[in-house]
Amino acid sequence: MTAWLRRLGPLAGLVLVVLLFTVLRPGQFVTPANLEIMLLQTAVVATAALGMTLVIAAGGIDLSVGAQVALATVTLATLLAHGWSPSAAAATTVLTGAACGCLIGGLVAGLRLPPFIVTLGTWGGLRGLAKGLSGETMVVAPTTWLNDLLTALPPEQRWMVVPPGVWLTILLAVAVAALLQFTVFGRHVLAIGSNEPTARLCGVAVDRVKVAVYALASALAAVAGVLQFAYLTVGDPTTALGMELDVIAAVVIGGASLTGGRGSVAGTLIGALIMTAVANGCTKLELPNWVQEIVTGVIIVAAVAIDRLRRRDE
Amino acid sequence: MRGVRKSFNATVALAGVDLAVAPGEVLAVVGENGAGKSTLMKVLAGVVRPDAGSMLLDGRPYAPRSPRDARSGGVAMIHQELALAPHLTVADNILLGAEPARGGLLDRAAVRQRARAALAELGRPDIDPSGIVGSLPIADRQVVEIARALAVGCRVLVLDEPTSSLTAEDVRHLETLVRRLRDRGHAILFISHVLEEVRSFADRVTVLRDGATVGGGDLADVDDAAIVAWMVGRPLRELYPRSPRTPGEVVLEIAELAGRRLPGSASLTLRRGEVLGIAGLVGAGRTELLRAIFGLDPVRSGALRVAGHAGPASPARRWAAGAGMVSEDRKAEGLAVGMSVADNLTLSRLGRLGPPGLVLPGRQAAAARRWIDSLQIRCRDVAQTVGALSGGNQQKVAVARLLHHDVDLLLLDEPTRGIDVGAKARIYAVIDELAARGRAVLLVSSHLPELLGVCDRVAVMCRGRLGPARPVDEVDERVLMQEAIGRA
Repeated sequence: MTAWLRRLGPLAGLVLVVLLFTVLRPGQFVTPANLEIMLLQTAVVATAALGMTLVIAAGGIDLSVGAQVALATVTLATLLAHGWSPSAAAATTVLTGAACGCLIGGLVAGLRLPPFIVTLGTWGGLRGLAKGLSGETMVVAPTTWLNDLLTALPPEQRWMVVPPGVWLTILLAVAVAALLQFTVFGRHVLAIGSNEPTARLCGVAVDRVKVAVYALASALAAVAGVLQFAYLTVGDPTTALGMELDVIAAVVIGGASLTGGRGSVAGTLIGALIMTAVANGCTKLELPNWVQEIVTGVIIVAAVAIDRLRRRDE
Repeated sequence: MRGVRKSFNATVALAGVDLAVAPGEVLAVVGENGAGKSTLMKVLAGVVRPDAGSMLLDGRPYAPRSPRDARSGGVAMIHQELALAPHLTVADNILLGAEPARGGLLDRAAVRQRARAALAELGRPDIDPSGIVGSLPIADRQVVEIARALAVGCRVLVLDEPTSSLTAEDVRHLETLVRRLRDRGHAILFISHVLEEVRSFADRVTVLRDGATVGGGDLADVDDAAIVAWMVGRPLRELYPRSPRTPGEVVLEIAELAGRRLPGSASLTLRRGEVLGIAGLVGAGRTELLRAIFGLDPVRSGALRVAGHAGPASPARRWAAGAGMVSEDRKAEGLAVGMSVADNLTLSRLGRLGPPGLVLPGRQAAAARRWIDSLQIRCRDVAQTVGALSGGNQQKVAVARLLHHDVDLLLLDEPTRGIDVGAKARIYAVIDELAARGRAVLLVSSHLPELLGVCDRVAVMCRGRLGPARPVDEVDERVLMQEAIGRA
């Protein structure tokens, strides 16, 4: 019962935001075309936020998600430009992401460094790597089917309801939710986030689980990078600047605890949607960018404050 | 306090508490966990407001609305978990929130002088006011916290289980300090579980059960049996049951074991159907011995076989070999207090709760419910977070984890510390049942009557060295204590 109420919290927030903009801009906000646009705009952040949900549930943090997304767009574009097939290039990009995650997880678990510090390092390091790899310019790549992942559906493909990239995000979300809820690995992730010494006492292979969490999260960030590439159609080493904050905000609005042990995939998706809806709605209201930024900031703080209040009774 | 009541939603936490304490008196407040002691403290401290009843302080109505209010009224709480800023100096901590200032500037000399005065009043002028609190031993930090209460003029002190993290020697020092305060006309409320301490610290006792005052009186007039009967609401039958036990094969064998944090060496043999106790002072290396056995700390030298397995150890391997451990530190290591009862109970063995790699919530709940029933763990449901349970019930969850795992060897580190009599009795019964069913138990405890009551053999650890294990009928408390302090 209380678990349901908790899940309803962020959802109620999303409904409120949608209702508000529907009333303020009738016939413009809730239209099939605009809904599709909002989903397209959400897919990249949401995919990266799936990985961040795992990291935060395990009591960690990854500040270098934006850099990882940029590195993935550059890697993918470079491989495509070298004549790789789209699927081989995308798969290699995701594997490269997983390798970055292994590096982060290895430093966190092996050297017992705080993840905040490690990923502050990779925040700069991986961004630099992306710039070096691309020669500090956009990497132009041939057009392939990858570019259709995140474009509005042409009329003859209406049967898909939403673009394939959005479906990919949804499928990954279901997979990550199941991983967290119904697997031994998921329990171990939550246990480490909740109390690491307890997990160790209970025989959980803490270090291995941590490396796996960061590897998975970075692989998901790389998938987000593939989607970002589809959106941009080029590899851009300066893309997704500051995206880590949007990603973390989505997870936190969704009800995860930054001290670990708690995280909800459904909440994270709703969190990402709330931020897109606010951005999109503000644009529809022709509000300047700075208003939108203030509104987003208020929502992040309010969401966590409300969550605290609801939890106080427990 | 007269007829103080407090309910949270449908739960009645206080159902009519009466108590009075006079200046120059130490009143012990005892009761099982969940009897309402913590709510009572919160009412006194102004954290929660009572629904009914009256409180008088020096004959005037007392209704604090915040801890700050309570403090300025002269009532101070000294909690189990001390509330000090570890990076600041002793003097800064003592005057925290009441800093003497001149024209907005901190008057450093006055801070030091008032801190020194407060420490002197406690008979501890040896504590340096300019020392950093974080580098003081726990016992001295407690003194600093009490000094803070005195420095702001508090005359009623509430000590919440102040001895729970102290060594036996520090407890004696605290006793002297409490007497000193009493003789200077302070009124002291002493909250505790340990009847021996209640006797040595307090003049009178008040017993709470189910949120109400059920008995009390001058400690000279009431005996322990009466206090326990008030606490549990019935005369306690045999606290330490003892079924017939037959020693079987050896499950744990260590020879000259030394670990990175275990300085001396330890040898022992433990068979199925046996309960072996380890006595000793806090800091003698008992916890370190268990941690080395369980693979939590590295072994430096010596031989170690758990259920026939030698070789490199990790907690995962130990669990796989059929050994389990209950940590002495329930909150920091023993339990993930933010997770559910079911998760905590099954964490070491999530396999078999579904197809390989999966955990089916229904099966997990069923597995947890079995142990909740058999250990009488009081919780709302299996999904309730462990942190919301009382200490005794939390500890039952920690023990139940070993039962769920169905281990052959149980390493129990102070499993009954800080828990109420009812939960203790339940845990003793479980230990006895397990021994009768051929499980082996290694029990570390600082409570000698418990060791003598529960164990078959007892060994004493002193400064990292483990003495020989002897049958309990060949030793008594005096012998064990002498060996523990190294005067054998």
